[in-house]
Amino acid sequence: MWRDTILVAGKDLRIEIRSRVGIWQILPFALLTLVLFAFALGPDASTLRSFAPGLFWLAVLFSAVLTTQRSFAIESDEGTRDGMRLLGIDPAGIFLGKALAIAVQLAILQVLLWAGITVLFGVRTHTAWIAITASLLATVGLACAGVIYGALSAGLRVRETLLPLLVLPVLAPVLIAGSKAWSTALSGAGSGGTQWLRILAAFAAVYLVVGVVLYGPLQEAA
Amino acid sequence: MSTKVTPPAIHFRAAVALAGRFPALAGVDLNVAYGDVAVFLGANGAGKTSLLRACAGLLPVTSGDAVILGCDVVADPLEIRRRVGLLGHAAHLYDELNPVENVRFVLRAARSDIARADPALQRLGIVGRLRKTQVGRLSAGQRRRVVIAGLLARSPELWLLDEPHAGLDASTRELLGVLIEEAASSGATVLLSSHEPELAVPLADRVITLAGGRVVGETTGGRKRVRSLTERSRADVA
Repeated sequence: MWRDTILVAGKDLRIEIRSRVGIWQILPFALLTLVLFAFALGPDASTLRSFAPGLFWLAVLFSAVLTTQRSFAIESDEGTRDGMRLLGIDPAGIFLGKALAIAVQLAILQVLLWAGITVLFGVRTHTAWIAITASLLATVGLACAGVIYGALSAGLRVRETLLPLLVLPVLAPVLIAGSKAWSTALSGAGSGGTQWLRILAAFAAVYLVVGVVLYGPLQEAA
Repeated sequence: MSTKVTPPAIHFRAAVALAGRFPALAGVDLNVAYGDVAVFLGANGAGKTSLLRACAGLLPVTSGDAVILGCDVVADPLEIRRRVGLLGHAAHLYDELNPVENVRFVLRAARSDIARADPALQRLGIVGRLRKTQVGRLSAGQRRRVVIAGLLARSPELWLLDEPHAGLDASTRELLGVLIEEAASSGATVLLSSHEPELAVPLADRVITLAGGRVVGETTGGRKRVRSLTERSRADVA
């Protein structure tokens, strides 16, 4: 399983590096989301600072949907999804590999968005460990949930429009817990963030286990 | 004294497979021995592609028996997929990767030696700058050759070729015939579907006609006739 995980993740990341969709489309989209929300909220610095965590996580969520769509789009080209099934790769390995590739991309994106909100909204991170832990846990949860729902919609003609509808409501706990944890991290009130980290950890654990167990049947049914 | 009977490589008995609610296979009865080359002929929608996909464990058989290479397609499709190679209508390639990377991915996934990629690509004429060109920039015929190279490098026990001659130039069609013969001679079983009997029948031991998702007829192919003649002439010389 681990060998297949590395194989699939390596392949997906290599394709993303070659296609540059992440750099030229998803990252600009995420930054644009931040800027447009900032325009909508107005120029008041304290308002922007207070909304910064929520805006950050909205941008991450939207980008996670795009990254997941992209991850499954490369498997839909010319029937490569069938090709992957035909190679007899362990479904759990495919799930973990795709989730790992998405997680790596989301982690890089979050670092850049973090820099973005620091520059645009003038926020300072007082309790960095909470922000980093929240991001890591949320990244695992977003990637795992994304791959599960991506697999569910992969075989359908309407997958591009269906995936956001399916996955965004499911990701609401990540948006809420991530925003709250980051609010705590930015304000410096460290102790209040741990309960939100627990929620993010539970979300990640549930989707990780569900994905490993159910990805095979999902892949066959899609 | 009892003679040991070798089970067939492909065994279907009253096999039914559904594509949605449509019975793509409507009670197929078929046995193919190891090392045989069988060609499926039939009109569009006769069930040729469905039969090949069922052999690959990609189309679930909902009733009847279906045993491929000794594995039940319902119980163990993963094991079957590891041992078969399918050349389908779609290329099964990643556009952003080059031919070498695509074939190496196939080999790594199949736990095969990646050193087999280069000779296979070379044999299919994917040499020089083509080796490092992203597959998305290759012509349809070149992409098809990359897929065949992947199949050749993997050397599966069961070759499933869905209209393999489509999109290939004359020399690659000729090479494909040689590869099929080599695979069968080495003990692999080859099933191919075709709309070009003049190309496919000479390669085959058996010519099986499908209609309405069923086997409706069978004749002897060119390979079997040649083998029979060769064996008879050898016997005459002896």
